[in-house]
Parts: sequence; structure tokens; C-alpha cells
Amino acid sequence: MGFLLKGGLVIDPQTGLEKEADVRVAAGKIREIGQHLEKGGAEESEELIDVQGKIVAPGFIDMHVHLREPGGEAHETIFSGCQAAAAGGFTVIAAMPNTKPCADNEAVIELVKARAQQADLVQVIPIGTISKGRKGEEISEMVSLYRVGARAFSDDGSGVASSEVMRRALEYSKVIGAPILAHCEDAALAGEGLMHEGYWSTVLGLRGIPAQAEEIMVARDILLAELTGGNLHLAHLSTAGSVALLRFAREQRIPVTAEATPHHLLLTDEEVQLQGYSTSTKVNPPLRSKNDVEAVRTAVKEGLIGCIATDHAPWSEEDKEQEYAKAPYGIAGLETAIPIVWDTLVVQGKMSRLELIARFTTGPAKVLGLEQEKGCLAIGRTADLTIIDPQRRRTVAASEFYSQGKNTPVEGRTFQGWPVMTIVGGKIIMRDGKVKGDKN
Amino acid sequence: MGIKEKDLLSMEQLDKEQLELILHTAKEMKSIIKRDIKKVPTLRGKSVVTLFYEPSTRTRTSFELAGKYMSADVVNINTTTSSVVKGESLKDTGATLEAMGIDIVVIRHSMAGAPAMLGKYLQARVINAGDGFHQHPTQALLDMLTIQEHLGGFAGLKVAIIGDVLHSRVARSDLQGLITMGADVCLCGPATLIPPGLADMGAKVTYNLEEALTDADVVVMLRIQLERQKSGFFPSLREYSQFYGLNKQRLSWAKKDCLVLHPGPINRGIEISGEVADSLNSCINEQVTNGVAVRMALLYLMLS
Repeated sequence: MGFLLKGGLVIDPQTGLEKEADVRVAAGKIREIGQHLEKGGAEESEELIDVQGKIVAPGFIDMHVHLREPGGEAHETIFSGCQAAAAGGFTVIAAMPNTKPCADNEAVIELVKARAQQADLVQVIPIGTISKGRKGEEISEMVSLYRVGARAFSDDGSGVASSEVMRRALEYSKVIGAPILAHCEDAALAGEGLMHEGYWSTVLGLRGIPAQAEEIMVARDILLAELTGGNLHLAHLSTAGSVALLRFAREQRIPVTAEATPHHLLLTDEEVQLQGYSTSTKVNPPLRSKNDVEAVRTAVKEGLIGCIATDHAPWSEEDKEQEYAKAPYGIAGLETAIPIVWDTLVVQGKMSRLELIARFTTGPAKVLGLEQEKGCLAIGRTADLTIIDPQRRRTVAASEFYSQGKNTPVEGRTFQGWPVMTIVGGKIIMRDGKVKGDKN
Repeated sequence: MGIKEKDLLSMEQLDKEQLELILHTAKEMKSIIKRDIKKVPTLRGKSVVTLFYEPSTRTRTSFELAGKYMSADVVNINTTTSSVVKGESLKDTGATLEAMGIDIVVIRHSMAGAPAMLGKYLQARVINAGDGFHQHPTQALLDMLTIQEHLGGFAGLKVAIIGDVLHSRVARSDLQGLITMGADVCLCGPATLIPPGLADMGAKVTYNLEEALTDADVVVMLRIQLERQKSGFFPSLREYSQFYGLNKQRLSWAKKDCLVLHPGPINRGIEISGEVADSLNSCINEQVTNGVAVRMALLYLMLS
């Protein structure tokens, strides 16, 4: 039950490989990478798959996904979220713990793992909470959570207000070497803000969230990483100031990693005006100014920000179809991530294909401690592959999403560069946009 | 002729030509208000709903009268005694009204963008009667009518808008309308109540009241909401009124016949002294009359 991917452009950021080659997959592993491989090989039943003109890359990893289950099944389930991930070209996703109940206990971690296994599509890596009940008061039982499968810790959705608690979390997590994924937001300064504070918040009469609400916590957490030597990863960075602080940390050799989202790489705060208060523009952190978008793009290109992650945050239509102030923050991102960044960054010539693929593979694999098994194309490794058609142009239609969340700010936009096949453990789970098991 | 877009949401969407048309129509409407029998058949058979999610006296009443003077059927929905209390969403409330065949919805809401959202769901036209800190177009239009009647036009006029600009939909609407018509607008208040980006909207900004008032042709005083002090935007009402309140002596910094406007309701002795509110410079009551006139003009232009 193997297959031969024939004639694709094979790109592996780990080794810097970027050339036309054939890839043979059998028994769930990558068996051979080379030119002019013959069909047949060891197995008779081998399928020949023509991938000429396509890019064959290591399986993409999205380290920031809200699957909502348990508790938020009206918005997304682990199954629908895994389908969306497969459709979007992802082979591994990390599930944020702000469910109800939240993943501050082994039972929820076990549930996420079990339901993901039933879904039998992408690999789901559970994230545990930093603090019990996500209250920011006492650190959670990280070692126990790690033992049952949590590979990172986060109170994402809100920041950890207490510097003392954050310090202890960064210290304690060193026991297991797992990263703390920091949602950087000074809650008092962000206040009841609804969008980025600036010209557009004034015009629209929406309370602003200053860039500094993020940057103050980015600065604090960098200093705490310096103090503790802890493993700090900054989630969804969105401002030029945050990028400058990250640069400072790198220069000081303080070990900090970071991610940016596709929507912060594409859209500015003007979008709230252009889309007439559409709540699909309401995200946290908010869409920022042009200057911020430019700074984040540059940092992603340079690799200062080493990961692109979606912050996939699906909501039911009832929740999003409310007044701007009432609607929850977040947008569905899994099924538009690759086309958004491919079009915005690669097609527009702002970064290379290899750099972009690295941000989705080696970058997150390293943060999550998966670099020994994921994110590269070595012979003998598990066959997790993402195949992209860099020429395909398609228009986003949320009604076609596998995700239950149809809340996207890019509805009706056309992008170039779409995933056309997702392979996990040697099994094809998505082909031409269609997810395995989908009867329609 | 008429209002180009389906909904009137913001002063930004009205160009000079449309503003002149509305003001001109409003002046004609004023003659109806002054009649003994205030009723014309112009909008007979048209239905208007006022949907107010926030308390209001003058805006709601003047929309209602505006409709009735022109023989439209006007229904007021008080959200505290309607299905909204039962948790009905704005989308569903809109759909319900549409199913009843209404022609226009006048909406007031505490959240910016709510009228825009309602407008997307409805075939019926929507007038924004004030949304959060965003816009209050009919207030700006009645302010402009008042200014035009007294001073003839707008080009080169110096207009000072004083107070809580951050939380003021009136300030944003006045600013955009006046700038479109060629006036110079200066916004003034304590720095905590001045949002970013105003200069890019074409305004001058100062924290100094004397600078704002000097040589002003018109001063618009904004209502200060008492709860803003509790959220820390300024230290006390006493200090606010000492440095940003308008009294007779400070009014003397402005031109002699400077018009004093206030969207109401006024806090006497806080943002404006009783003496100034009741002075010959004050246009506060005239603004109310003009409010009915501009709302008649809008309903006429949007419904006939």
C-alpha cells in the first residue's frame, strides 16, 4: 500500500534540499528520495501519483489551534477541527487548552488524545494550561500533564497577569523542557478595547487596544525568560514594538521563540472599516497598523519569528453575528493559512518558498520538541507530507470549510498557492481539497 | 436626487452636494413646523420604526414628530419592553421588522457599528440615530442647519468642539460634516479624552481652552458623562469644569456673536454655566427645532 510521488519539486528546509525528485512512500515511511525512480520497487500495489509542478514538503505543523472540544462543540469539535486541518494542508496541530473544562487536568488531555485518535486524520498534540483553571493564580500540574501527552503550556485567550506566576511557570516547566506559550496582553491596558488603537479606532468609535498592551507583556516575559532560563515562546506577535523587543532578546542571547498568524501578515486595522464592522475582523491581538504588518513580515522572513501559526478560533454564526462589541474574538484560520501566506509572501516575492515552508515545519517542530520525528524529509522517517500547487488560484468560500467556524475575514478573496494533498503516516488524508472519509 | 446609499450611517458618506440638498430641504420643512396645522400628506402610506437601544428624549421624539408631520406611520420600539429583553438578537429583531413591511428603521444603539450591521440584514433603509462613540449624523445635520441659518455658510468658519471627544459621536459627525463644507474645526479637551488620529481626520487639536476659543465663530460644547470620572479619564468634575467648562468670561475669548451649541441634555454648571446656556449666544433650543426639520428632510429624501 505504498505510492510514488513523481516529478514534484521536493523542498526540505532541514537540509536545504530544493530540487525536482521522486519520493517513494511505503509502510508509512519515506523509503526513497531520488531522480527517475521506477514504479514498482518493492511493492506491486504501489500507486503512481503525478505531482509535476507541485511542491512536496514535510508535513506542515500548526502549533496554535482552538479545537473547542470539550465544551464548545457548537463552534468546533475535535473531528471537524481535524478535518479542517487536513483540508488546510496540516499534518500536526497543537490544541489550545481553553476548553470547558480547560485542559488543566489529565482527563481533558486524555479526552483530546482519544477523540483525535478516533478522527484518525492529523496528529493532535495537546497543550496544557499554565495555571489551574486558567486563573493565573497557581501553576498547573505540568509534569503530570506532560506524562499523558501535553507538550506545551499556555493560558492562551488571556495573559498571565502576575509576574510571579509567570516566573514560576517558566521555572517549573524546565523540569520537562516544555515551552510556555505566552499570550502577551496587559489586561488592564487593553481594557474593553475592541480593535487596534489608532486612526481607525477613532474613526469607527471603537475602543482601542494600544500596541503597548502586547509589548509590555512581551518585554516582561523576555525579562522573565532571562531570569529563569525558561523555555519561552511568544504566541501571535502582532506589533513592530514586539518585533523590536524580540530582536533585543535575540541579541542578548535570551532564548525566546515566536509565532505570527497569517491574518496579521495580511490584514491591517483598516479592514474593520472596509468590511463595515464585520465581526470576522475582530481578533485578539487585533489587526494592527500597516507599519506593524511590515515589521512582522520582515521578522518572519528573517526567521526572527520562526513559526507561522493560525490561532484558528472558530465560532458559530450565532456568536459572530452580533454587534461588534458583543461578538467573541477569533477567526477560523486552518483552511486559508497556506494560500494567504503563499500569496502574500511568496507570490509577492517577499520571501522564498524554502523560508516559508520552514516557518510551518522546522520552526514549530523545534519549539514543540518534535524535531527528531517531524518537520523533515529524511529516509526512514514517518511519511508526513504536505503537497502544494503553487499555481492554483482559488477563491475562499467559507461555506465549503470543513471547520464549523465560517468566520473568516478573507471570504471572497482569491489567493494563489493551495495545498492539494496532505499525507499523514503514509496515508493520504486530503486529496484535491477533499478530506478522507468525506462522502460528499 | 436623494440620499445615494441605502443607509445613512455616517457623515463621511455625504458629499457637499448631498449636504446642501439636505440642509436646503430642511429649511423648507421648517415652514411646516411653524404652521398651525402641522400635517402634510407627503409620506402617507410609509412606515417608520424607531428602534432605540439607549435612552433618548429629543432624538426619538423628533424622529417621531418628523414622520407624523408628514403623515408616515411611526412606531416606536422600546427595547426595555420588547423581545430584546427576551434575548432576541439584533439580526432577528431586524428580520421581524422587515417581515412587517416597514420602509425605514431609525436605530440608536450603545455599540458602534450596530446600524451598519442592521443595514446589511435589511432591505429597508436604515438611519443611524447614534451608535456608541461612532456617529450621530442627524445631530451634525441639525448643528449645521443652525450654523448656516445664523452665519450663512461654512467656508472659513472657525468651529471649536470642546470636551469629551473620545466618547463623542457628535464630535466625530460634526467634524466630518463641517470639514466637508470647508470650515476649520478645532477639537479641545483634556488629553485623556482626545483619541489618536484626529489630525489625520483634518482637525486641529489642543488641550488649551483659550487657544480653542480664540476667534471662534461657533463653539460646540460636548456633554460630559459623569461615569467617565470613575473610569479615571479625569480626576474630578471640579477640576474638569474649572479648566474646560464654558462660562461668560471664557466665551469672551471667542468672537462677539459666537454661537454656542450643545447636543443636550446639558449639565448646568459643569461643561456649561447656566448663564451661557441661557444667553443670547446660545442656540440650544433652536437646535431642537432644527432637529425636527432635518429629520423631516431625511425621511422625505429617503422615502419619497
